[in-house]
This record gives sequence, structure tokens and C-alpha cells, in this order.
Amino acid sequence: MTNLNNSSLLEIVNLIKSKKVSSLEITKHFIKNIEKSKKLNSFITTCFEESLKKAKDFDEKKNFDGLLSGVPLAIKDLFCTKNVKTTAGSKILENFIPTYESTVSNNLWSEGAILLGKLNCDEFAMGSSNETSFFGNTINPIGKDLVPGGSSGGSASALAANLTPATIGTDTGGSIRQPASFTGTVGLKPTYGLCSRWGIVAFASSLDQAGPMTKNVKDCALLLEAMSGYDEKDSTSINKKKEKYSKNLSEKIKGLKIGIPKEYRVENMPKEIDILWKKGIDILKKSGAKIVDISLPHTKYALPTYYIVAPAEASSNLARYDGVKYGYRSKKGKNLIEMYENTRGEAFGDEVKRRILIGTYVLSSGYYDAYYLKAQKVRKLIKNDFDKCFKNVDAILTPSTPSSAFKIGEKTNDPISMYLNDIFTVPVNLAGIPAISIPAGQDKQGHPLGLQLITNTLDEQKILNIALAMEKSIAFKQSIDRWWE
Amino acid sequence: MEKDKFDYYIKTEKNSWEIIIGLEVHAQVISNSKLFSGSSTKFGGKPNTQVSLVDSAFPGMLPVINQYCIEQAIKTGLGLNAKINLHSIFDRKNYFYADLPAGYQISQYKNPIVGEGIVTLDMPYGTKKVGIERLHLEQDAGKSIHDLSPDNTFVDLNRSGVALMEIVSKPDLRSPDEVNSYVKKLRSIMRYLGTCDGNMQEGSLRADVNVSVRKKGEKKFGTRCEIKNVNSIKFMEMAIDSEAKRQIELLESGKVIEQETRLFDTKKNETRSMRSKEEAHDYRYFPDPDLLPLKIEQSFVDSLKKKLPELPDQKKDRFIKKFKLSPYEANVLVSEIGISKYFEEVIKNADIKLAKNWIIVELFAVLNEKNLDIKDSPVLPKNLASLINSITTGEISGKIAKKVFEIMVETGDEPLKIIKEKGLKQQSDPKELEKIVIKVLENNSDKVSEFRSGKEKLLGFFVGEIMKASSGKANPGLVNDILKKKLKK
Repeated sequence: MTNLNNSSLLEIVNLIKSKKVSSLEITKHFIKNIEKSKKLNSFITTCFEESLKKAKDFDEKKNFDGLLSGVPLAIKDLFCTKNVKTTAGSKILENFIPTYESTVSNNLWSEGAILLGKLNCDEFAMGSSNETSFFGNTINPIGKDLVPGGSSGGSASALAANLTPATIGTDTGGSIRQPASFTGTVGLKPTYGLCSRWGIVAFASSLDQAGPMTKNVKDCALLLEAMSGYDEKDSTSINKKKEKYSKNLSEKIKGLKIGIPKEYRVENMPKEIDILWKKGIDILKKSGAKIVDISLPHTKYALPTYYIVAPAEASSNLARYDGVKYGYRSKKGKNLIEMYENTRGEAFGDEVKRRILIGTYVLSSGYYDAYYLKAQKVRKLIKNDFDKCFKNVDAILTPSTPSSAFKIGEKTNDPISMYLNDIFTVPVNLAGIPAISIPAGQDKQGHPLGLQLITNTLDEQKILNIALAMEKSIAFKQSIDRWWE
Repeated sequence: MEKDKFDYYIKTEKNSWEIIIGLEVHAQVISNSKLFSGSSTKFGGKPNTQVSLVDSAFPGMLPVINQYCIEQAIKTGLGLNAKINLHSIFDRKNYFYADLPAGYQISQYKNPIVGEGIVTLDMPYGTKKVGIERLHLEQDAGKSIHDLSPDNTFVDLNRSGVALMEIVSKPDLRSPDEVNSYVKKLRSIMRYLGTCDGNMQEGSLRADVNVSVRKKGEKKFGTRCEIKNVNSIKFMEMAIDSEAKRQIELLESGKVIEQETRLFDTKKNETRSMRSKEEAHDYRYFPDPDLLPLKIEQSFVDSLKKKLPELPDQKKDRFIKKFKLSPYEANVLVSEIGISKYFEEVIKNADIKLAKNWIIVELFAVLNEKNLDIKDSPVLPKNLASLINSITTGEISGKIAKKVFEIMVETGDEPLKIIKEKGLKQQSDPKELEKIVIKVLENNSDKVSEFRSGKEKLLGFFVGEIMKASSGKANPGLVNDILKKKLKK
């Protein structure tokens, strides 16, 4: 049998379609891997019995119509899954079992995929290291003392460790791209509105966007095709025809103009990152693309803007977790207010509380204009920067993160330094445009590093094409010795 | 207040005080489903049976605007002669309460769907224009039930997410009477439009009342207090009076008014403090990121405008011009769409002057007495028309008609049937009448002599006797003619 640990999503799809391997065999393979992966702590919930049953059903019915026919997948525990516990990494939803399925995950099942389990993440997707999860931190398969990034850290870890052939995450300020960069995988944050937010536990509604996390660009195109699409249940969903990203994938990028923004050359950035960036530029040049120096002058305001807008929305989005209707409720408290205080005090972690406090503060009367309103204006300026650049260039190339994966515990006591990790990823969320992180090299310690491509609204095909061309030239290789097994 | 000049001032030993009132009316939108979900809005369902995942704020649930509610708000805006804002925004109003599942209410804050408008009131002292500040759409909250158990509060989310229009007036109202008239006018306009049923018992219409006082002649407004959630017009009037008096007492004893939110205690007929300005919620309004700004095409507004029904003011003008009604009569007849429909139905086949009098005097008395809505009137419009026709054709007298009407109220029968069965048809045969007249005159020959010697007042006496002799059925006009002729001899 083929070594499934080396197989991409597309290869697995084809193995099943060509009937070389059954869905059940593949499902059993991943279950075996997952069972041996306790040390990584990348799963919060597994549903093996149900997965095996579905795989058997699939093998009996043999319906190969779907893009992901018979493929088992684990997904981030932020997507509500019908009858399967959905925690968002929080104690407050520790035992929450939705009666409904998120649109995006439902799209995957409609394409024939089978749920393996739910992947660890930072609590309510608030974090860049997966250390804020109530269910303990996830380990990066690259090294046992390394964080996998966050918030989709469980997803990135599981993917890099071959516990799932591909996965989906959500990206509010870099939560797909940063963990992808930390684990040597591909992660795409689509245009805001391309994937429905219905049924995804909300963090910051105007920034949240689901996206694919895969081993390579082809897989990324396939998974994006499967998960995206207009949804009338989400008022911010873009009403357009579904694209065939996979079929239209092309590595011909000759003549495309790629912008290099000078503002992304930040102080104290490791030299390795700079070298990596130059390597990316060279590769693009060799592929026939034209390199253009550009300026995104408001970039330096992106991080502070993000850390006003996102907590503001979060403070409101998380108000529903009050112990009244579902989820954790404290047994202490003599009246309604005390019930709220104890419930939320006991069941939210420090990072979530910190952001609720920030968000409540910036929306408060007397501070609204100075913080929230100002931040919204700056957000517009950041968007304008990109709009202006995309009149001249097809895409923008930047590093994905200012460093490789950092050590567990290294930044937990320094929120600001943790937040700074999102410096290259956040502007894209504020502008609502797509960006992808692809593995592009390793640092001295052999830890992977990613490059980020950014394109204009709904230019997913273009971003995938450029990424494919770069991927081919970079020929990134990563061997992980499965030390945890 | 049947005066021709406004004079509602509270007079104390020292001063004359003017009351300044502004209203925030919450009107439930008529629509089958809620503002942001498909759940039913029907009143009176079992608790928590009309609740979707969106209404109960489950994780990941998103609101989707109900377009019909938008239409209803625009129609109402047009009915208030108001500016329709083609660009409006839904905001979140954040506060914690057990019957507010999301921890925020979706409302409109800085950019409401409807801007300034005007409502015209007909007061005894003339017309009064009341400015509308704005109308915005918002969700209703659920209901907390505190009296089912001593230790627990129960929550019913059936109402959670139902669409409300908040109609904010300018501080243009000056008396409880004007408030009464204003709320009734709003209700009437919305009932004409079919945008709110105005049913105050079911909570479809309720108001927050802002009250302040100032000395007569002063220009500056005083500090206002807001009386929350008053759910009947009578209570609004009572609350305003008691609140105004409370404020005046404070001011006259040298104290100041604290801006605060108060509640009206209907049993004690007084307002009491609910929370002070310091305790006021900071609602942390911000645009709801789950909803895009609401954009409306002018052509859409125009198409709704074209379909607008005739509204009370227009109908009143038409009634005055076309039917020669007095402004008072027209006002009464257009105040409720049901009444105007009834009136127009009756006059299709009956005399207008008689119709309006019968409706305003006789029918209203019956409806008031029996506490009935016009749509439940025991006397159908076609039956009233037929009764009126019996009068105009001389078949029965006005007096007999009242008798017939009484029977119609009790039985709901057609008047012709009653007239026939009870033998109430008017006696209009001159020969028969002459016989009766002669007989009455013979029986009262002494009075005849008195009459002929100048005591003409006795004419009424003879008429009465003749009517009595005919059991009221004699045609009064003919009786008069014959009687006068006979008495001359």
C-alpha cells in the first residue's frame, strides 16, 4: 500500500476514486495516527466510531461525485458540528453539542468528506500560539518545545503530523497563515465573504474568515473549492458563482507584477526572514514575474487598529456566553449579576478576559470616538493603501511572520510581543482581501518559515496560481521523525 | 378641555407651569416572521415555542434582515410625512439581561431608516403639528417572568427578535390631552397602513414618556425624566400629570430635578426612580458587523408610496369636501380605519347626513356601552343603511327608527324584517290620519277652544295625543298638516 503519510489530499482523493484504497482503510490509517498522537494534544474531540461507520457506508454506496469523496478530515473546533461537541477551546463551551452544522463544514460533508474529530485552538481563536486553549496547548510536530502557532494551532499541528490529510481553520488576524508558516504547511485566508461564517463560533465578525490548510497549493485549491460558496444565511456572504479553482490552476505567471512593500521591512526582523523574502523575489523573477517596489504607508497602524476592532467585536460577540441558555454556568451567585460574574469569571481564560476588557473599554461612551471610530477610519486607510497598489500590481509578496515557531511559554507573559507576531498578517484581515502562506525555507534551527502572497478581493485564482509557481521552484522539503509516536 | 385656546398649565400659588413632553413609542411591526429570523411572531403561543437558533443566540448564528419589516418601516415613515433614509445602519446595543440572549439588541442608533416627519393633531383649539425626530427598527427582547416561583426567574423568548419600530417625537407635546391625541393618531395612521395593530393590551404599542416642566413663558427646557414602558394611553396621561406635579413641587421647594429613568406605579398613581443618570447603562453602541449597511433604492420607496392607502388626514379632507361634514365629524369618522370603512359602506346607499348622525350618536353609544370594536358591531352597515332609507322614504319615523335600531342591536336582524314583524310601519294614509285627528279633537274640545282663542302652545299637546292614539306610527309631517287645517276651522 502507498505510504499514506506522504500522500497529499489530492492523491488520497484519487486513490479512493480509482478504488485503489477504500475510504475505510484511509480512515483507519488516520485514526491510528491520531491515537498515537496524544503528546501533540492537537485534538479536543474525536468521533472515530461515527467516522468508521461513515467510511463503511461510503464504501458500500461508492458515490464518487463529491470533490472529497470518502476522505476523512479533522477540522478546527470553532466550526459547529451537529451532534459533535464544539468547544471553541473554551471551558464555557466545554460540553456544548450543537444541533446544527456550520455551512462550511456542511459543504465539506456534501462533497463526500467524513469528520474525524475536532482540533484544538486558542480559546475563541484568541491567541497566536494555541496556549490559550482550555484543553491545554498543542505541540508543534517540528519540535516538542515549540508552539504550532495559533489560533488554528491544532489544525496546523494535525496536518503537519499527518493526523488529517488536510484541514480547515479560521483566520481573524493571521490564525491560518501564522500556524501554516510555523509548521511548514500551506494556509489560505480567502476574501472576506467567500466562505460563510454561519455556524462558526464568532470572534470578530468583520474579520473572521474560514480557509483551507493543506500540504500543498493544489490541495489548497481543491479544499477552497469545496468549502466556499454563497450562503444566504450570512448577510456578509458574497453572492457569486462557485469557482473551479482546481481545474483552473496554472503555474504560468509570466508578466504578472508583484509588489514588494517597503513597510514590511520591520526593525529587529531576523536576517533569515529577510534572506527568505529575497529568495522569494528571485524565484518570482525567474518565473517571469515583474517585481515592483510599492508602499503601503499605513501598515504600521494595522496592529493597533486590529487590537481595537477585534476586541471590540469580540466583547459583544462573547456576551452571549452568560450561563443562561447553554454552556457552563457557575453554581455560585445569589442573583443574576453574580451568576454572570461567576460564570464568566470561572469559565473564560485570561486572554479572552483581556480582550473583552479592551473591547468594552474602546466601545465605552467617551472613548468610542477616540478608539473604535478612529480605528475604523484607519482601517479604511489601510484598505485604500491596498486598493491603490492593486491598480499597479497583481499581488504582493511579504514574509508570513517575523519569526519561526517560538518556544512554548516564551511569550505567554508578554501579550504585546505575542500580538507582534501578527504584524504581517493583520493588515490583510482589516482590508478583507485574500492572502496565502506557503512554506519557503527553514531557519538555522531547521524550523520552517513561510512567505505570504496577497492579492486583491476575489483574486483567489491568481493567488493560488502564483503560489503554485513559487511552490514548484522552492521545492520545500520537510522531514518530521514522528517523535511523538 | 373644551376650550378654543390652549390652556393646560399647572397653576400653583406662585407660578403657572408648562409641561414639555416627548414620546418614544415602540410599535410592533405587523409581519409573520421576526426581524432577523424566520420564527413566527404570533401572540399568545406557549412559552419558547417560537424561537429559532438565531433568536436564542446560539454560537455562530447570524441575523438576516426580513425585507418585509423594512417595507413596513418605510410605509410608516411615509405615513408620518417623514424623510426615508436610503442609507441606514443597524447597531448593537450592548447590555446584559436574562431575556436578551445575545447580550445585545440589534437596533439603529446614529443612522435610522426614517428621519424627520410631522404628525398633525386636531385639538379643540385648532390643529397642532408634532415633529417626529426619527423612526428606527429594532428587535424586541424576550420576557422575564418573575412571579411563577419565589426562587427562579423564567424566560420566554417568543418575543425575542420580533420587529419593533421606535418612533421618537420631538418635545412638542404640552399636555396629557395632546399625548392622548398623538398616540391615537399614530395608532390610527399605522392601522390604516397595516404596519402595526396598535393593540396595547398585547403590548404591540407602548411608550417611554419624557417629561419636563418650565415656568410659563420661559424658553429654556427643564431637566427631563424618562418614564419607561407605559402601556396604555390612560396611564400615560396619569403618569405625565403625577410626574409634572412631582417636578414642580421639587422646583418650588428650591430643589433640582435629577435626570433619571423612572417607572410609573399604576396603583399608587406616582412615578418612582428606576435608575439615575450615573447608573444609566453604557450601551456601547457600534455598527453590527454581521449586517451590511441597509441600502434602499429611491425607486423602491416610490413604488411603496404609490401603493399607500388613503391616510386619516387625506380622508378627513375628502370627507369634508365631498360629504360636507364638519371638521369634528370628519375627524371622528376617520379616527379609526374601521369606522371610516363603516361610514363609507353605509353612505353607498343611504343619506349622508342621517348616516353620520346615526353612526356618531346612536351607534357609538351602543359600541361604547357594550365595549365593542366597530368591526364587531351587531348592526351591519347595510342594515343601518336600510334603516336610514326607511326613514327617508317615510316608511317609519325617526322615533320609530330608534325603536327598530334597539331591536337591531339586540338581534342583529334586518330593519325591514323588524318593521314588518312588529307592525311598525308609519301611518301615512291621509284619510286614516284624518279620522284619528278628528277623534282626538272631539275628545278634547275644551282644549280646541283654548287653542282657537290664542293658546297656540297646545299644538304640541294635540300632536302628542295623535301619536299616542296611533301608537307612534302616524307620519308626523302629515299629522301636522291635517291638524293645522282642522284647528283653523
